[in-house]
Amino acid sequence: MAKSIDVSDLNIYYGDFLAVEGVNMTVKARSVTAFIGPSGCGKSTFLRSLNRMHEVIPGARVEGKVVVDGQSLYDPSVDPVAVRRQIGMVFQRPNPFPTMSIYDNVLAGKRLNAKKVKKSEADALVEKSLRGANLWSEVKDRLDKPGMGLSGGQQQRLCIARAIAVEPEVLLMDEPCSALDPISTSAIEDLIHELKSDYTIVIVTHNMQQAARVSDDTGFFNLKATGEPGHLVEFNPTKKMFTAPDNDATEAYISGRFG
Amino acid sequence: MSTDLSDVATDTTFPPPSLVRARLPRQATLIVGVLALALAVLGGPLLTGASWYSVPFVAGLLLVVLLPLWSLQVEGRRAAVDRLVTLLVTYAVTLALVPLVWVLAYTVIQGLPAINWAFLTKDQTTTLDPVTFKQMPGAGVLHAIVGTLLITLGATIISVPIGLLTAIYLVEYGAKSRMARIITVLVDVMTGIPSIVAGLFAVALFTQFGSVGTRIGFMGSVALSLLMIPTVVRSGEEMMRLVPADLREASYALGVPKWRTILKVVVPTAFGGILTGVMLAVSRVIGETAPLLVAVGTVDYMNTNLFSGRMQTLPVFIVSKYKQGADLLELAWGAALILVILVMVLNLTARIIGKIFAPKTGR
Ligand SMILES: Nc1ncnc2c1ncn2[C@@H]1O[C@H](COP(=O)(O)OP(=O)(O)O)[C@@H](O)[C@H]1O
Ligand SMILES: [Mg+2]
Repeated sequence: MAKSIDVSDLNIYYGDFLAVEGVNMTVKARSVTAFIGPSGCGKSTFLRSLNRMHEVIPGARVEGKVVVDGQSLYDPSVDPVAVRRQIGMVFQRPNPFPTMSIYDNVLAGKRLNAKKVKKSEADALVEKSLRGANLWSEVKDRLDKPGMGLSGGQQQRLCIARAIAVEPEVLLMDEPCSALDPISTSAIEDLIHELKSDYTIVIVTHNMQQAARVSDDTGFFNLKATGEPGHLVEFNPTKKMFTAPDNDATEAYISGRFG
Repeated sequence: MSTDLSDVATDTTFPPPSLVRARLPRQATLIVGVLALALAVLGGPLLTGASWYSVPFVAGLLLVVLLPLWSLQVEGRRAAVDRLVTLLVTYAVTLALVPLVWVLAYTVIQGLPAINWAFLTKDQTTTLDPVTFKQMPGAGVLHAIVGTLLITLGATIISVPIGLLTAIYLVEYGAKSRMARIITVLVDVMTGIPSIVAGLFAVALFTQFGSVGTRIGFMGSVALSLLMIPTVVRSGEEMMRLVPADLREASYALGVPKWRTILKVVVPTAFGGILTGVMLAVSRVIGETAPLLVAVGTVDYMNTNLFSGRMQTLPVFIVSKYKQGADLLELAWGAALILVILVMVLNLTARIIGKIFAPKTGR
């Protein structure tokens, strides 16, 4: 299932504004890769370029290559919709569909794509996804209630359940815990640990401890100076990154001396 | 007033915090209001024999002068200005509501006597009484009710798809393109076309196909749809812009194509608002008279075929009865009341449906 991602010489633009410059990295399959770095250095932008969500913004474009399992995502013949079915995404702010119940939110990927699902299969899929997102026991008695009625942490796990219900190969998470309390955060971190066996996970986080706790590899993004594009400073196994980073700037950032 | 608070303040060794201020009693507005009313009655109708109509104006004027003055003495400048502005705003709201309530009440009072079973179930065809051989004028407006409903329905069926698709184009596809800006300007211009022009346009359009003087219900629908479309576009556009970009992205991230995202996420989320907009547009055109007069004409019998022959509508019926003279005025008022009730029922239904489909917070 899970796939690796090879990024080479990626430049990401908003119109004429170069937001991220010259990224090269390899995201390993069935592992957790974390991106850290100060605000505005292009972590979200880079993450969104991995499943072609970047181009949803008018004028946004990408130069360079992103190769998933030998297939170049930005090849003209590639359908972005198909890419997003394989590479799911969880956003910073929980965004369940307000018109749908918990049950329908989980099934949204199927329903919105007009896939016919038998009732029994749908039930099984909902349960499996909600269990996968550690939410089942909390909501199993109120599946027909609106998804917006859950707490922030529950909503975020609902969004994770929704994302894994379409059975993607890769799961991208953009600061999934930044709006959550410590308990919900730890629930989601546990979840990331479990999901790792089936999915390739890429997570952006503001929280260095979180990166250290959950990830196998870490990428540090930074701005050369304000107004300059963001770039990847260092990409290494998390252990090395947090004990003996190659780059002085990385060490300074991790030890809290700037950023 | 708050003596306990100031006691606490004097007990402390620190200078009292200046949170405590002299305040007017809680019912100050009421007290001054009653006083002003009493003064207005006394000094007006009772003593000087002025008209009773002067009472509300004099009382209102006294209130808006006395209350801020009293407040200025006790509470200071800021509170006095606050009271003055509060009063003025309240007056403005009342002033806006008075005509509305007045018109409604008057329509009910004038129209209610006309409404009976025959009024609601018969048309205006003249019949021959089999016993006396006298000609009996028709007693009902059913043909006009049916005509209004059919023509408005036709207009809605034309304008909702066109209006919504335009709104979708403007919000989801056009973005800030030149085309979108041109459309926006055109829609704004369309909002302002006089309704009679819409009617004449429909006539001119159908004259191309039929003969001069053709009048059919559908022409009225076309004319009304010209008036409805801008409202539908505008409200649909606003409602869809309110749908957070987050939701669209959530849908895209599930591998849902754009058109399905619009159809299944954006439109349903905005549905309540879109429906309200459509109902506003319907309410706007359901009372239109001029375009229907030129495009649909007027008849005394029931015609349910939107595509052939003239039809009667409530507004046109009202105008023709008004023109025919004083003894038929009651019929006109009855029809007016029914028109008002129709609009209200449509609005309420839309509200209820909108509530049902509104995004649920679950809290
Ligand atoms: N929709 C957008 N349009 C234009 N510029 C954007 C947009 N989103 C982000 N940017 C710019 O791209 C840069 C990187 O932003 P972002 O990826 O959100 O940073 P991070 O997630 O690391 O905080 C910033 O300079 C930001 O201003
Ligand atoms: Mg970000």
